[in-house]
Amino acid sequence: MKLNRKGLTAGLLASAAVAMLLSACSSSGSDEPAGTDSSTTSSTPGSTEPTSSSAPAEAACFSGNLTGEGSSAQKNAMETWISDYQDQCSGASIAYNPSGSGAGVTNFTGGQVNFAGSDSALNADKGEVAAAEKTCGSPALDLPMVTGPIALAYNLPGVDDLTLTPEVAFKIFNGDITKWNDPAIAAINSGVDLPSTDIKVFVRSDESGTTNNVEKYFAATVPSLFTTEPDKAWNLKAGEGKKGSDGVQQGIGGVEGGFGYVEWSFALDADLGVAKIDNGGGAVELTGDTVAKAVSTAKIVGTGDDLSLKLDYATKEAGAYPLILVTYEIVCSKYSDPKVGTAVKSFLTYAAGAGQDALADLGYAKLPADLLTKVNASVAKIS
Amino acid sequence: MSAPTVAASTSGPSFAAGNGRRKAKDNTATALVYSAFIVALIPLIWLLWTVVNRGYHGLFTSSWWTTDQRGITFRRDGGGMLHALVGTLEQVALCTVISVPIAVLVAVYLVEYASSRLSRVATFMVDILTGIPSIVAAMFVYAALITTGIVDKRAGWLVSLALVLLMIPVIVRTTEEMLKLVPNELREASYALGVPKWKTIIKIVLPTAFTGIITGIILGIARVAGETAPLIVLVGYTKETNYNLFEAFQGSLPGMILDQATNLGNKRYHFAADRLWGAALTLILLVMILNLIARLVARRSKISN
Amino acid sequence: MDNEVTRPGLRKVGGRAGNPYNPLIDPNTGVPVPDEPADALEQELAAIGAPRPVDTRVIGSTDPREMETGTAGEPPISGGGIHTTGSGGSGPGAGKRTPVRWGDRIFGWLTAGTGLLVIALVGLVAVFLVVRAIPGLADDKVNFLTSREWTVELDNLSFGIVDMLWTTVIVAVIAMVIAVPIAIGIALFITQYAPKRFAKPVAYIIDVLAAIPSIIYGIWGIYVLAPKLRPVREFLTNLDFIPLFKDEGIEDGTVFNAGVVLAIMILPIVTAISRDVFERTPRQNIEAAWALGATRWEMIRLSVLPYGRPGVVSGAMLGLGRALGETIAVMLILSKVGAGNAFSWSIFSGGETFASKIALNAPEFNDPKTTAPYIAAGLVLFVLTFAVNAAARWVVNRRKEFS
Repeated sequence: MKLNRKGLTAGLLASAAVAMLLSACSSSGSDEPAGTDSSTTSSTPGSTEPTSSSAPAEAACFSGNLTGEGSSAQKNAMETWISDYQDQCSGASIAYNPSGSGAGVTNFTGGQVNFAGSDSALNADKGEVAAAEKTCGSPALDLPMVTGPIALAYNLPGVDDLTLTPEVAFKIFNGDITKWNDPAIAAINSGVDLPSTDIKVFVRSDESGTTNNVEKYFAATVPSLFTTEPDKAWNLKAGEGKKGSDGVQQGIGGVEGGFGYVEWSFALDADLGVAKIDNGGGAVELTGDTVAKAVSTAKIVGTGDDLSLKLDYATKEAGAYPLILVTYEIVCSKYSDPKVGTAVKSFLTYAAGAGQDALADLGYAKLPADLLTKVNASVAKIS
Repeated sequence: MSAPTVAASTSGPSFAAGNGRRKAKDNTATALVYSAFIVALIPLIWLLWTVVNRGYHGLFTSSWWTTDQRGITFRRDGGGMLHALVGTLEQVALCTVISVPIAVLVAVYLVEYASSRLSRVATFMVDILTGIPSIVAAMFVYAALITTGIVDKRAGWLVSLALVLLMIPVIVRTTEEMLKLVPNELREASYALGVPKWKTIIKIVLPTAFTGIITGIILGIARVAGETAPLIVLVGYTKETNYNLFEAFQGSLPGMILDQATNLGNKRYHFAADRLWGAALTLILLVMILNLIARLVARRSKISN
Repeated sequence: MDNEVTRPGLRKVGGRAGNPYNPLIDPNTGVPVPDEPADALEQELAAIGAPRPVDTRVIGSTDPREMETGTAGEPPISGGGIHTTGSGGSGPGAGKRTPVRWGDRIFGWLTAGTGLLVIALVGLVAVFLVVRAIPGLADDKVNFLTSREWTVELDNLSFGIVDMLWTTVIVAVIAMVIAVPIAIGIALFITQYAPKRFAKPVAYIIDVLAAIPSIIYGIWGIYVLAPKLRPVREFLTNLDFIPLFKDEGIEDGTVFNAGVVLAIMILPIVTAISRDVFERTPRQNIEAAWALGATRWEMIRLSVLPYGRPGVVSGAMLGLGRALGETIAVMLILSKVGAGNAFSWSIFSGGETFASKIALNAPEFNDPKTTAPYIAAGLVLFVLTFAVNAAARWVVNRRKEFS
C-alpha cells in the first residue's frame, strides 16, 4: 500500500511537470496553411483564408435552429457557407449532416431535417417527389447550388500532363488496362513519358452521388461498353473500394500508380495529378471556367420553381469539362412553420448570392449566371 | 487407516533426470511470456505516440476545453471540443446508468440462481448480445423507435439506448466470471449463520467481487465511448454545444473525429487533422481518467480478495 | 459413489472429474484414488503418494469419510490449506426445505426479472431482424447461402452471403490467432512473472489499449500501420503456391491488415479477463506446486492455467464477439473488391464483413425492400456469433462434469 501511494504521488508530480513543459510549447491556434501551394493544376490560392468572405447579401439574419442533411460532396462548401453566415448572424445555428444523398432525402421526406443536399434530384419513380410533397404540405423544390467537378486523379510523380478518353478511362476502371505504359494510354498521350508501373485503381465502397455521376458519364459516352444501369454503387470490376472521398484520396496518394475518381477539391488538397478529359472535342483541363461551361450546356428539366437539371455528360463542346456533378438543396416551397421557411430562405439567399464567390477557392465551381438568376428567383419564393 | 499404497513408479523420469528438460521448458516459457508482453507493447506505444504526438497541441489551449466548433471550417484553426465532450459524457453516462444495474443483476441471476431453465436461456441470450455489431444495434433502435413513430426526432438519448445493447454483455460476462470466483465457503458460511440469500449476495458476494465488477464496467465504458456507428444513424452531428440529450443534434467525440476525418488527407490545411487527433487523445484521456477513478474507488472496498 | 447433496441455489463451481483437483474417493479405503497421471510431474507425485492439492471451490459433498480421510492423516484446515472437498457442506437444513423468506423472494424476482428483460430484448432484436429480412429473402432470386452475387435494386434482388461470411470469419480468425496467445502471455506476465510493483502499471497500460476508440484504430490502421506492413505482404506473396498468400493486387486494405488491427483491439479485453482470473488462483494451489519443486512454468501449467481456463475462454469469446461485430475499424481498413472478381482464399485480398457492409450502405436504407438484404446479413452475423458462443460454452461445460 505504501509503495502504491508513493508511486501515485510520484506519477502525479511527473505528469504535472510534463504538462507544464509541454504547455510552454503551444500557443493558441494560428491561421496558416501547412505549406505553400505549388500544384500546377490548382486554382486554389494557398494563402491564409480571408477572415470574412462577404456579408450575406440582403440577408435578414434569422435566429434559431436550422438542420440539413445529405450529400457529402458538398460538405466543405456547406461548412464554409455555414461558418461565414454565422460570422454575420450570431443568432443562427445551422447544422449539416453529410451522411450521403440517400440519407438526406430519406430524412427530409421523413420530416427529420429542414432541407436536404442531394447529388440527384428527387426521383419520381421512387416515390420521393410524392413523399416530400406529403411531408412539406407543398411541392418540394430541387435547387442546384453547388457544382462539383469530379477529377480523374492519379499519382505519378513526374507525369504532369495526362489525357484520358472515356473509352480508355472505362477500360482502366474495368481492369482491361493494367499498366500505365499501355499502348492505349500512350496513343492519346504522345510526348508523355509513361512509366511501367501497375495502375492501382481506387473507387468508392459506400453508396455515393459521385459514383452515380461517374457511371452516368460512362453510360452517356460509351454506352456500348458500360451496359449496366448507373446507380450509386460502383459496379465495375477493377478497383479497391474505399470509404468516402477521403478514403479514395488517400488510397491514390498512398501508392505510386494510384488512380481513381474523386471530387476535385480532394485531388487538389492532396496534390494529386488531375487528368484532362477528351470527349471527342479535344483535351479539356479541369478549371473553374471549363466546368461552368459544361454546366451551361445542361438543360433544366424541372417545372415551375423546381430547377432539376439534366447534365450532358457526352458534350463535345470545346472547353467544357464533362465530368461534373451538381448538388441540389431540396427544400419545401412553403414550410408549415413560417420561422423555418424564413430561416431556409435567408440561408439559401446567402448561398446563392455571396456564398458562390467562396466556391472557387474550395475546388467547386460557381453556377453560371443565368442559372443563378433562376435559382435566386426560386429561393425568393420560399416561405 | 493405511497410507495409500501406490506401486512404486519405475516408469517415468525421476526428478533428477528430468531437470534439464524441465528447465529448458521453463526458460522457453519465460522467454515467450516476456516477448508476448513486448509484442503487445509495440503497437500500443506506436499508436499512443501517433495520437499524442499529433494531437496534444490543441489540448493545452484553454479554448479546446471551453469552446465548440461553431464557425470553424477545415481551413480555420481554433475552436474547441466542448460540444463533443459534453455529448459523449452525457450519452455514455445515460447508457451506464441504465446498463450497470441491469447487467449486474443479470450476472447475479446467472450465477446464483443458475439451475433454473430461465437462466440457461438468459445465458444464451447474453451470448447473442456479445456478437451484435454496433450498426445493427443502432438500426434496431432506429427501426423500433423512429420508424414506428414512437419517437419523433433523432437525438442523443437514442444513442445511449443503442449503447446499452453493446455494454450489457461486456458487464454481464465479466461480472459473471468474478462472481464465480468468489469462494463458495463464503456463501456457505453466510448461510450457515442464517443470513438470507439476498443479503448474502448483496453484502458478501458482490463486495468480494467488487474490483472485478468495476473492471467489467470500465471495459464496458471503454467499449461504448468510442462507438461511431450509432452516432451515424441515431443523431446528427452539430458543431455547437447542445446540453440537451433529448432534443436536436448533438456533438460527440467520435462524431467529431468522423467529421474531421473528411479532411485528414489535406496537405494544405492541417487543422482538421490536428483536431481529429486532439479529439482522439481527449477521448482516450477521458476513459483513462474514469479508469483511474474507478480503480481508486475499488481499492477502498472493504473486502479485498 | 459420491454422495452429494446440493442445496437449491448453490452450484458446484469448478472441479472436474478425473483430474487431480477433484479426486475420486475409494469407498472402501476412503482414500483418494489417483486417476491417470497426466505427465512426468504428476507421475512423480503419484509415485511418492503425495497428497494432491485440491480445488477449494469444490463443494457439496457431505460424506463424512471424505472430510476426514482425504489427505492421508492431515487434519482438514479450514479457510485455506489443503483439504479435500469443500468445507461444511452439511449444515442445518440439509435435506430439509427451509421456508423461503420474503426478502429472498423479492430479490429472486428482481434478478429473474432482469434476466427476462435481457431475453425479451434479444428476442425483440431477433424478431426485428427476422421480420425485416423475410420479405427480402423471399424475393431473393439466388440462393442466399451459396451465392456470391450482391445486387440490391427494387426490381432485382439477388444477394448471397458467401463472400461476406468468408471475410468475416477469416478476419476474426486471424485476430484470434494473434491476440489470444499474446493475451494469455501478457496476463501471465502481469500475474506471475512481473515484479509486483510493475504489475499494476502494466495492467493499466494494457487497459489504455481498450480506451482507444475504434475509429482511431481504423484511421491509424490504414494510414500508419498498413503501409509499414507492406514488406510482410511482399514477402509472403512470394509463397503463392499456398492459396492463403496469393497476391490479389490489394495495396493496404487487406484482410490480413484488418485482422492485425482487430487483434490489437481485442487484446485488452482478453487480457483483462485472463488477468483477473489468473490473479484469483488460490494461493494454496500455487504454493503446493512450489512446495513440490515445480518450475514456474510447471506451476502455471498445473495451478494457474487449468483454474483459469473457463475464464480465459470466456474472455476469448468476448473478444471474438467484438472481432466479428467490429464495424468502423474494418470499414475504414478493408478495401472492397469489385463485383465479378473471382473468389479468393488469400489473406491479402480485400472484401467486406457483415458489419462493414451494413455500415457502408446504412445511409441508403430508405426502402424496406432494399434494406432487407442487409438486415438478413445482420441476422446471419447474429447466428454466427451465437453458434460460436454456444460452441465455446459447450467446450467449457464439458470439462465441468458435475455442474
